[in-house]
This record gives sequence, structure tokens and C-alpha cells, in this order.
Amino acid sequence: MTSAYNHPEYNYKVVRQFAVMTVVWGVIGMLVGVIIAGQLAWPALNFDTPWFSFGRLRPLHTNAVIFAFGGSALFASSLFIVQRTCQTRLFSDSLAAVVFWGWQAVIVCAVVTLPLGITSSKEYAELEWPIDILLTVVWVLYGILFFGTLARRKTKHIYVANWFFSAYIIAVGILHIINSLAIPVSLTKSYSIYAGTVDAMVQWWYGHNAVGFFLTAGFLGMMYYFVPKQAERPVYSYRLSVVHFWSLIAIYVWAGPHHLHYTSLPDWVQSLGMVMSLMLLAPSWGGMINGIMTLSGAWDKLRTDPILKFLVVSLSFYGMSTFEGPMMAIKSVNAMSHYTDWTIGHVHSGALGWVAMVSIGTMYHLVPIVFGRKQGKMYSLKLIDIHFWMATIGTVMYIVSMWVNGLMQGLMWRAVNDDGTLTYSFVESVEASFPGYVVRFLGGAIFMIGMLVMAYNVWKTATTDPESSEGAA
Amino acid sequence: MSTAWSWVVIIGSLGSILFFYVVLQLNRQTGKESGETTGHIHDGIEEYDNPLPAWWYWLFVLTMIYGVGYLIWYPGLGNFPGIADWTSVGELETDQEASRARYEPLFAKYRQLPVAEIYKVPAAVKMGQRLFANNCSVCHGSTAAGGFGFPDLIDDVWTWGAEASTIKQTILHGRKAAMPAWGTVIGDQGIRDVTAYILSLNNREADPDAVAQGETLFGNFCIACHGPEGKGLPALGAPDLTNGIWLYGNSRSRIEFSIRNGRNGEMPGFKHKLGENKAHILAGYVYGLSR
Repeated sequence: MTSAYNHPEYNYKVVRQFAVMTVVWGVIGMLVGVIIAGQLAWPALNFDTPWFSFGRLRPLHTNAVIFAFGGSALFASSLFIVQRTCQTRLFSDSLAAVVFWGWQAVIVCAVVTLPLGITSSKEYAELEWPIDILLTVVWVLYGILFFGTLARRKTKHIYVANWFFSAYIIAVGILHIINSLAIPVSLTKSYSIYAGTVDAMVQWWYGHNAVGFFLTAGFLGMMYYFVPKQAERPVYSYRLSVVHFWSLIAIYVWAGPHHLHYTSLPDWVQSLGMVMSLMLLAPSWGGMINGIMTLSGAWDKLRTDPILKFLVVSLSFYGMSTFEGPMMAIKSVNAMSHYTDWTIGHVHSGALGWVAMVSIGTMYHLVPIVFGRKQGKMYSLKLIDIHFWMATIGTVMYIVSMWVNGLMQGLMWRAVNDDGTLTYSFVESVEASFPGYVVRFLGGAIFMIGMLVMAYNVWKTATTDPESSEGAA
Repeated sequence: MSTAWSWVVIIGSLGSILFFYVVLQLNRQTGKESGETTGHIHDGIEEYDNPLPAWWYWLFVLTMIYGVGYLIWYPGLGNFPGIADWTSVGELETDQEASRARYEPLFAKYRQLPVAEIYKVPAAVKMGQRLFANNCSVCHGSTAAGGFGFPDLIDDVWTWGAEASTIKQTILHGRKAAMPAWGTVIGDQGIRDVTAYILSLNNREADPDAVAQGETLFGNFCIACHGPEGKGLPALGAPDLTNGIWLYGNSRSRIEFSIRNGRNGEMPGFKHKLGENKAHILAGYVYGLSR
């Protein structure tokens, strides 16, 4: 398989910009995550200020890791992949620049407004209406840039990675606009046009599809290019791609109600949400199988290639969390797991294990190419390996501590005495969770320090290659 | 839900499942030798045309069968209630009924004891303690010592009356305390004067001129609830201002704030949640805390 690195006709500038910001926002977003994990173990770390309190930093953490870190990784990889698989340059360089700077502007607005307490109070959609409008404009321009480039492709067939990016771009746009509809009362405050149960349902239709289309479909697009590239093997099954693509995107939109089991949401909606969530298991695993089976015949490369290790372990975590998710959507399991730390553990096995690891593997493949390193290699393979182990250990510590806490909380909350009264008061379950919170803090800190190792490696790669001559490489 | 919407839900959900099934069947076999590629090459990446893994195919089919079965058994397909005739409200009521039948006699047997006697029965105290931990400690604290805005239940000071039966009344029906805001009525100077007078009632340092002014204002505006000597009126939940107990803080500025802006304390009623029998034991437990 040829791996030609000389393509002066591609626009690598925007990819470089987004790749660098992936690392920068990764470090910042995860640092905020470590801080709020510390606050849950040691509340004194709130320092009695509103701006530094958990309630305001938590949305900053989620926005920074999902939309700033994850978003930048998706922009970088999708704009890289669409050019390479369509064998054509982005159709407009100035539009690419607008998308980059526009997205960074949205993130900076989030970093300023969220600690100030300016929020729409919708989870994962906290940004207030002026920023929402800016985000919509940038997203539509991104769509035009992506589809405009796809339309000019020099290949007949559209590669599977681009199907996933297409679905993610269209769906995220629709989700964002519908969920964020609101009536502004001032520049910094608006009220959702939905009320009560309908508001909750729209919110979780959005919330779960943010997971489905932003954090799953988008990153599967990434996986479908970088796994076969890094393994230098053909994709395992085209048929599987077709079936799991269509079923994944069609089922995800139904799954939101499992966030609202045993609430005032009507019974029929809860049932449908649960059934569709269960049926999501096979389509999700389709992506994992296609990624992991692509390696058959190249397993030996795992011994020597830490980038491939990142990609394969990310697929393993993806498979694990997409098994866990449907199980947690079953109402009788949810009756115990809901509102406990198990949910947070589940989210992070997806967020750290899948999204972050696949992005990190992708960046290690892509950074040397877009910075024009002749050998196509990062500055230090050893540091990638160290980062791999830090990320893996950090993720495992995080999710295991949250499993333990979650099960313990679920069991404590439902334990009853002989007279039917609850055995434990809420605060006792909080006290019992303390060791888990400390382990989670440590796991998160290890993962975050791994990102610093990456930042150093990327910095060295970008600046010290004597042969590098960017643009004309 | 209207019949039309109900059909939208039924056709949409079953139609989706049918769509997955058709896509699955159409792609199950490829009719090619294993190891053949599709012929597409993208930036050097090729794709094998392998058939779907059999175990994966069956996993998908089984979840579909389970899903359709679930939607026939339980409500899910629009207005169709499901053949099991299950509802979440029905399940809750059945569970509550079962739990009442099992546990209520345990609480009911203390009902004939007067509230003021309950704290002398160790088994009842144990029950009261658990009820308190689960229902009251969120506001009044695990030790029942209260906090800012939440009364201390250990001391023997009772804003709404010290009778055991009054405590039970409070638990069952809740209380709404309403101290009006006087800021616009008596002005900043008036607030400072009344505060000075209240401090003097507690033998705390205050400017004598202000105290004299404040006493007049107190006589005009405050005695209706707090009484001529500031000793309060339990029937209205108006606190005694002379006993050194301050629900909203004892500093001069806190007292001024209370007078200027008023206070609206609220204790929710627990009759619906606990029922008479548990409230009876809980009242006895709380009464016992100050014995």
C-alpha cells in the first residue's frame, strides 16, 4: 500500500491549526475535569467563589472536552480525510479559515461565559443564544466546506469515513438548532420554547444524539480512515459498513428516552426508548468488529506500533461502553444505575477510552504528515508508548472507581430496614463514595499528564525536524 | 395522543425495525470468495467484501425479536396499551399497597401512645431516628442541630409551640412563616433604630437615642406579632426576640437585613409522604430530642 506524503495540492493549514488546538483544548478541558473531580472529593477546593465552583466549572469541562477537544479533532480529521479520500483540495481556503477561527471564537465565548454563570441550563447545550447563533453559522459553513469538497471528488465512490462525517454534520446541525430554540429576554438570558416533560424529552433527544452523532458517528469516520491506514490492511467488510452505518444512524435518534426512565415521561415513550437502545447494540458493535478485524493478519504490529495500540484499545473501550449502554437502558437495570456514579463511569469509558484514545491515535498519525515531516513519524515513539500506558491506566482507574461507587450507591439507596425505612441517609452514601472520588481524581490526573506528554511530543515534532519545510513538503 | 399520532408512532417504530431487517437481509451474503475486495481504493485503502459475521447477524436479529415482543407486551406502540396491561403508575400503586400491608402495622402499634410518651420506648425511638435521617436531616442536619434558616430541634425552644401535639401538627401539615419586609415602611433610619432596640432587649450594646426611637417604632409596627415585650407569639410562629436564638443570624447586619427584606420560612407538610402513623412516631422522636 502506498503512503505518499507529498501532496502540495491539499490544504493542510487548517488541519494543522485544528490538530494543534486539539492538543491545547485537550489539556485545558481535562485539567478542568481534574479540578472538578478534586472538588467532589475535597469540597474546600471550591474556594467559596461562584466562578470556581463545581456548578460552573462542570459545564466548562464538558464543553471543553466535547466541543473544543473532540470538536477540533473531528474538524482536523474530517477535513484531512475528505481531501485525501476524494483526492481533491478543500474547495475554499478562506472558508476553511473562517470555520477554524469561528469555532475557536465559540469556544472562547464558552470559556468566558460559563464561569460567569451565563447559561441556558440545558446539559451539553449551556451556551446562551448569541453564542448558539454563532455556533449555528460556523456549523453550516463547515457543512458547506465539507460537502462542497465532497462534491468535487475525483473518485467515483464515496469512502465510508465520509458517510459517517456526513451523517454527523447533518444530524448535529439539526439537533443543535431544534434543542436550542429559545426566547431571549436579554443578551445573556433566554428561555427554552419547550416546557416540562416536552423540554426534558427534547433535551435528551439532543443529549443522547450528541453522543450518537458527535461522539460516535464522527469518531467512527475517524476510525474508518486511520485504522486501515495505520494497520496497512483493507477494511474487514464493506457489507458490515453498509448495514451498521444505516442501522446506527436510524436507531440512535430513538434512544433518548432512556435518560428519563421512571419519570413523568409517558410509559410508551420509555418503552420505545429502551427497546431501541437495546437494538443499538449490534449496529454499534458493527463498527468495533470492522475496526478490530481489519487488523487480522497484522496483529504483530501491535508489539511495535503504539499508535496502533491507541486505536485498537479505543475500539475495545468503544465495544465495552456500547455493550454497557444498552444494558443500562434496560429499565430494571436503570432503576439501580440511574443517578449514581455508574453513569459517570459509563460516559468516561466512552469519552476517555473511545473518543480521546482514537483522537490521540489519529493525531499521532496525522501531525507528522501535516507538519511535513519527511519520515512521517512523530518526534518520539517512546513518548507515544508512555502516553499510551498513562491513558490506559488513567481510564481504567476512572471507570473502575465509578463502577464501584455506582453499584455501592445504588445498593445503599435501596437498602431498607425491617420496618421498611431506608437503612442509609443520602449523606452516608456520599461519605462512602470518598475513596472512589480520590481514585477517580488520580486516574483523571494521570490521563491529563499523558496529554502534557503528547503536547511536548507534538511541539517537538512541529518545531525540530531539520527536514521539515512546511507547505511545500 | 390522537389516533393519527398514534399511527405515526406505530408505523415509525415498526417501520424502522422492518427497515433494519431488510437492510440486514440484503447484505447478509455477498456471493464472493472470502478475501475478495470491492474494488474501491481510497487514498490507498481497500475494502474486503466479506459477508456479515454470523454471530453478529443473529445478535441483531435477536434484539429485533426481543424488541418487537417487548412492544407487544408493554405499552410502546402509540395508544396500544400492550397485552400485559402494565402501567408504571399501576406498578407503583401495587408496590405501595404491598409495602403498606407489610410495614404499616409496625408503625400503627405506637399510635395509641401519646406523642409525649414515645421517646421512652427504645424500639419507637429507633424507628423515629431512621425516619428523621431519611426525611428531615437534609434541612435540619444529621444531628438535628439545624442551620441558617432551619431551626435547631435539640434545644427546648419551639417557635410554633412546645406541645408535643403541635410538633406533630407541624410535621403533618407544614408551616409557613411570613415576616413582612419593612424597608419601605420605616426607612433605613427606622431599621437601624428598631435593630438598636432589639439589641437592647438582649442586653447588647446600642445607642440610647436610637433605642428610644426604636422602641416607639417597635410599638407601632412589631408588637402585633412579636408582642409588647418582644417575647413572640407561637400561634403565628413569630419568634421570641429576647432568648438569644436567631434563625437568620445574630449580627446587627443580619437583623437589619431581616427587618428590611422580611423572611419567608417554609416547612413542608409530610402527611402525604409519611402518613399519620409515621408522623406520630417522628413527632415523638423529635419531642424526645429536647428531653
